[in-house]
Amino acid sequence: IMCASAKYNTRGPALIPRMKTKHRIYYITLFSIVLLGLIATGMFQFWPHSIESSSDWTVEKRSVHDVPVVKLPADSPIPERGDLSCRMHTCFDVYRCGFNPKNKIKVYIYSLKKYVDEYGTLVSNTISREYNELLTAISDSEFYTDDVNRACLFVPSIDVLNQNALRIKETAQALAQLSRWDRGTNHLLFNMLPGGPPDYNTALDVPRDRALLAGGGFSTWTYRQGYDVSIPVYSPLSGEVDLPERGPGSRRYFILSSQMALHPEYRLELEALQAENGESVLVLDKCTNLSDGVPAVRKRCYKNQVFDYPQVLQESTFCVVLRGARLGQAVLSDVLQAGCVPVIIADSYILPFSEVLDWKRASVVIPEEKMPEMYSILQSIPQRQIEEMQRQARWFWEAYFRSMKAIALATLQIINDRIYPYAAISYEEWNDPPAVKWSSVSNPLFLPLIPPQSQGFTAVVLTYDRVESLFRVITEVSKVPSLSKLLVVWNNQNKNPPEDSLWPKIRVPLKVVRTAENKLSNRFFPYDEIETEAVLAIDDDIIMLTSDELQFGYEVWREFPDRLVGYPGRLHLWDHEMNKWKYESEWTNEVSMVLTGAAFYHKYFNYLYTYKMPGDIKNWVDAHMNCEDIAMNFLVANVTGKSVIKVTPRKKFKCPECTAIDGLSLDQTHMVERSECINKFASVFGTMPLKVVEHRADPVLYKDDFPEKLKSFPNIGSL
Amino acid sequence: MQTRKKCIFLTFLASWLLLFFFGGDQLRRFAFFSSRKAESRRNWPRWTDQSLLQSFADPEELQRDGDPSPLSPRQRRAAWLSVHRRGRCRMETCFDFSRCERHGFKVFTYPQERGQPVSETYSKILSSIERSRYHTPNPAEACLFVLSIDTLDRDHLSGQYVRDVDEKIRGFPLWNGGRNHLIFNLYSGTWPSYTGELGFDTGQAMLAKASFDSQSFRPGFDISIPLFSKEHPQRGGDRGWLQQGSVPPSKKYLLVFKGKRYLTGIGSGTRNALHHIHNGKDIVSLTTCKHGKDWEKHKDTRCDQDNVDYERFDYQELLHNSTFCIVPRGRRLGSFRFLEALQAACIPVLLSDGWELPFAEVIDWGRAAVVGSERLLLQIPSAVRCIHPERVLAFQQQTQFLWDAYFSSVDKIVHTTLEIIKDRLSPHRSRSRFLWNSLPGGLLVLPGFSTHLGDFPFYYLQQGYSPSEKFTAFIRVVSQAGSLSQPILRLIQAVSGSQFCAQIVVLWSCEKPPPPSGTWPQSSVPLTIIQGSRKLSQRFFPFEAIQTDAVLSLDEDTSLSTSEVDFAFLVWRSFPERIVGFSTLSHFWDPEQGRWGYTSKWTNELSIVLTAAAFYHRYYHSLFTEYLPAGLRELVDGLAACEDILMNVLVAAVTKLPPIKVTQRKQHKEGVAQQEECGDGAAGTPPPGQRSPPAPRSVPAEARGTAGSRRFSQRQDCLNQLADWFGYMPLVSSQLRLDPVLFKDQVSVLRKKYPSLEKP
Repeated sequence: IMCASAKYNTRGPALIPRMKTKHRIYYITLFSIVLLGLIATGMFQFWPHSIESSSDWTVEKRSVHDVPVVKLPADSPIPERGDLSCRMHTCFDVYRCGFNPKNKIKVYIYSLKKYVDEYGTLVSNTISREYNELLTAISDSEFYTDDVNRACLFVPSIDVLNQNALRIKETAQALAQLSRWDRGTNHLLFNMLPGGPPDYNTALDVPRDRALLAGGGFSTWTYRQGYDVSIPVYSPLSGEVDLPERGPGSRRYFILSSQMALHPEYRLELEALQAENGESVLVLDKCTNLSDGVPAVRKRCYKNQVFDYPQVLQESTFCVVLRGARLGQAVLSDVLQAGCVPVIIADSYILPFSEVLDWKRASVVIPEEKMPEMYSILQSIPQRQIEEMQRQARWFWEAYFRSMKAIALATLQIINDRIYPYAAISYEEWNDPPAVKWSSVSNPLFLPLIPPQSQGFTAVVLTYDRVESLFRVITEVSKVPSLSKLLVVWNNQNKNPPEDSLWPKIRVPLKVVRTAENKLSNRFFPYDEIETEAVLAIDDDIIMLTSDELQFGYEVWREFPDRLVGYPGRLHLWDHEMNKWKYESEWTNEVSMVLTGAAFYHKYFNYLYTYKMPGDIKNWVDAHMNCEDIAMNFLVANVTGKSVIKVTPRKKFKCPECTAIDGLSLDQTHMVERSECINKFASVFGTMPLKVVEHRADPVLYKDDFPEKLKSFPNIGSL
Repeated sequence: MQTRKKCIFLTFLASWLLLFFFGGDQLRRFAFFSSRKAESRRNWPRWTDQSLLQSFADPEELQRDGDPSPLSPRQRRAAWLSVHRRGRCRMETCFDFSRCERHGFKVFTYPQERGQPVSETYSKILSSIERSRYHTPNPAEACLFVLSIDTLDRDHLSGQYVRDVDEKIRGFPLWNGGRNHLIFNLYSGTWPSYTGELGFDTGQAMLAKASFDSQSFRPGFDISIPLFSKEHPQRGGDRGWLQQGSVPPSKKYLLVFKGKRYLTGIGSGTRNALHHIHNGKDIVSLTTCKHGKDWEKHKDTRCDQDNVDYERFDYQELLHNSTFCIVPRGRRLGSFRFLEALQAACIPVLLSDGWELPFAEVIDWGRAAVVGSERLLLQIPSAVRCIHPERVLAFQQQTQFLWDAYFSSVDKIVHTTLEIIKDRLSPHRSRSRFLWNSLPGGLLVLPGFSTHLGDFPFYYLQQGYSPSEKFTAFIRVVSQAGSLSQPILRLIQAVSGSQFCAQIVVLWSCEKPPPPSGTWPQSSVPLTIIQGSRKLSQRFFPFEAIQTDAVLSLDEDTSLSTSEVDFAFLVWRSFPERIVGFSTLSHFWDPEQGRWGYTSKWTNELSIVLTAAAFYHRYYHSLFTEYLPAGLRELVDGLAACEDILMNVLVAAVTKLPPIKVTQRKQHKEGVAQQEECGDGAAGTPPPGQRSPPAPRSVPAEARGTAGSRRFSQRQDCLNQLADWFGYMPLVSSQLRLDPVLFKDQVSVLRKKYPSLEKP
């Protein structure tokens, strides 16, 4: 068609008489296209259900009882017992995961089957509510794939959450006959209640060969570090009871024990604590004389007093989580939900997700032997830290305990991080509650380094057409000893920069970069030509800065390489009448910004400005041709959390006759626009990152009564 | 013609439709109905009866948690002791905590026996322990024991292999089956299998071993240490090489390796493959076959060309100029290369499967290294190319931090080992993973001071806290006079006038009792008097009475105005990890005498702020008293005016940053230089009035009393002894002073917040 129409077009006017027939063809074709299109779309509406694998649609309507039945012969193979020496590099087939740009593993879930033994008796309950939730969560997640050939990790749909509900041998046989079992390689089993009477093993007893185990209640002897994943024991109360978050602070009881099935030895020790410390310790037990219909699991008693569980947990600062027959206890989840700081007394217990969670910030671990000292140990924890632990405990529950989905996704993420370690989630992302993530800053230049003076700095001059003034600036700046290169950003597309021979001859390399568009953000582009860490941004009309002042500014920057170090200072103020921020250029005692008309900063901030500026600020600045310096101040303050450093006294920057107040212009509209910028940026950043300080940096001997010639930087603040 | 067109057109359409209807799944999914993709994917079904499903355990069962176990906890723990030994040792079963209760964490090193050879490295380790604040010469109070037998090299082909260790150990009455013993080892096993065996029975002793493999490593019990060479410095240690952090990384190479290629034997799998990723441009991976005696016997076709290429590049140059460095396993899992790369800020790309990384119990290596898999060597180039520049920058900085905090000297390696063990003894008073992995590092953070991050000066920004808004003025009084002198009264007045002053604490360091409380001036803030001793180091004792984050340390004869105090405090709040003060000194290297010197004269630089008037964080009192070994504090007590230098050295060693000087009015000391002193040299520096004009780098020949010059030379001694103890000169110089924004500007005085600072 394309060629045909082109031909007609080229013929043009000569074909006018034939227009009618041509039109008819067009109409016909157009009509048929529309018609066919309509038919096609109409059919597609119903297509997936009618044509594509009909199973999918019917599955949606299926009951768990209708799943296919698989009979396991008595002699079907049983996997080896779990191999304690397994590690990722020995038992895991990493080739299945492959390299992919998203750095996400692919997880396949076997479809649900019902397993019966030779006699037709069920091997286990088909699937529990929790396991179904867990599989649903995986299936809905980014990790999921329905293509068994592309999968890196396999999750059987055989539910082994609770070992008590299993026939161990038959379950093992069921695992072994999975289509991709292959000795359990890359298979992940979830188990929360391992072991059985009398000795309660701390890991699932089902022989599982090389399969990874996400288990609740590992001990250090059964946990294969870096291979298994320790998960919480899910508490169904998490879903049933809504405990609103309680603000941190002291609570009615100091220590509370709420577990019902405590070994008498532990109970004796707790009661001894209670006797010693009186009312601040509360040891609850199950209720003996509840009327019928009241669920015993939701009540606790002390003598004749009845308490609601888990609500009572919110009344205490610390809650004891003692080991029972098993190491992992569901009560841990309830305690965290209540924002009560868990006191974990379970020697050798591997805490849930301990590979990534920093439990020291959310709990107190006390060796069983030291139980009698529990009270004094807890007393020694500073109040502020207790409050933080309360917040942290609640956050752990919200993020990693509250639902089977949370547990499943955290488990997969941990395994994912092992396989793609260079894309792993950071400690902060795992551990910091949202409030901390919000209020804290992680400085990208966190290493305290004073860059060597020999490196020098690169001066970047943004210019449009003020050649004369530009040349004066170049000449002045070139006198600064530590200048290593001068870069002129020629922002005028209509005019060529002057010829090479006309430029001032200076001792350092001078490069001219021509830009494609007249944008203010060109000033902050991370040009390859900038080879030093330090950048001096300078306007083409700042001619009054002395060499001493500039050199001193560079020295100050070396001591504060992660800050903006500049000459003219500005301030932002809260205007109570207008209820918004205001820009201030008056002579104030405070400073919160420096103008980038003359400022030193780290080259890294160029990169941030160009590629990581939040929201539409960068375009906004380019469109308004203003406020690029305010944007830079916001950016640096936001990412470092630190104030600017203003250097040297006030002075006239442009010419001796100018008023001492500098900047682009003084008129009212300019100020209004600058104020607008501050308000706009504050709303984009969602906070006011600028820090107000009352100091500026001067040379050590500035204005001291001391011979000028012995000072390193005598020529400071003249004019 | 038209019909033909129509025909073509209709056929086209028809085929298009046919393709559409019967064409592959692919076409439909990707080209037209991408939004439906999710639905057509076979997800886990939503069961019709899912709300009827049973819970995995009913609540009763969960809370009952099986039957109350018949086994009593005490019996269970006793049973553990016999079951979990040797390879299954854990702190609970193989370590006797009770030994550490009475005297705390004390380490005893067996005395050296005559005729028993000890390698240079092992004697460095022993002397590190002896230099540590945990060392005890008395085995009775020890919690941890370290053998004097050199167990570092257990390769029996090696010259330093010590024979008959079993026999020797059996002779030690303290051995006790190895309980509470710590055994250091760098090399274990030998050709060809290089197993982790030490060749003697280690019993229940903990191992601090290099090249630990994760299968024989007993988590929470053993400690993996890095392999270090015998040239590794005892203390101090070289700094990292990173001087410049730029994004995107501007180094010449992306990924480098230069090393041996094993033709046979263990470890050859990885080393043999390394040359595959060499591209000659930004990835340089060079191997040589030349090693051992009989390499030519095994040599293959590559060897000759490889050997030639190998010589063309210099290892050091590659280290300096590469962003990533491959650190593959050698014969053993660890290699010297690891620390070399770390120091060079060349991000280690580890290809050593199953290596338990050094101090991995506390260090989060994922922030400083790429833990690759030997099996995925060929993916490494693309994987490292995909790492974002910001992350590369963070990695580089983290390598430098870790190097400097835990690895740059034998002292640091050994002390880290000890601190990890100490942290296990009382988990509730130990460092969180956060503390170990952020500046200034675990060794410099004392969990005994606090376990709350907000109580330390280092984490305000990272955690979103801010330092307290008030300070404690801490005045040390040494004068013998029975009544209070004028200067101190004026000082109390000025300080208590500050709106930020929370309390005044007076350390009364005289034998005479302090004047009764009635004679002290009435002030708006509470005043506490502590009866102290004459020891100079006591001024930095962490007194309970100090309640605020900020301490304003003062001498009794310091003269300050309220606005000076106010301004300095506001500055301190911006730099809470540094010392912020008024009078300063500057240190310098005297090449003629080959020693450090300092000058109190007016110079353009400063590196020491006198604690006669300075703000700092109260944590430094704890660090001074508890972190530094007793020997250093005794040194300070013996020398005049050394305590504030030590404080400055300590803070600089922690922060790597200079102190901050703020504006001061000229006179800082009242003219009471000749006051009676109750101790040896308690006054600070010479009064400014008596300072002579500077003659840079001249050792003082001041026209002051002999006492003055003695004090002065003692200070020089002090500085040199401190530099010697730290192993380097931690002090950092600064060229700036912080003044109020409008200081000496030509504006009306009425506009200025601190006009009085400008008065001469």
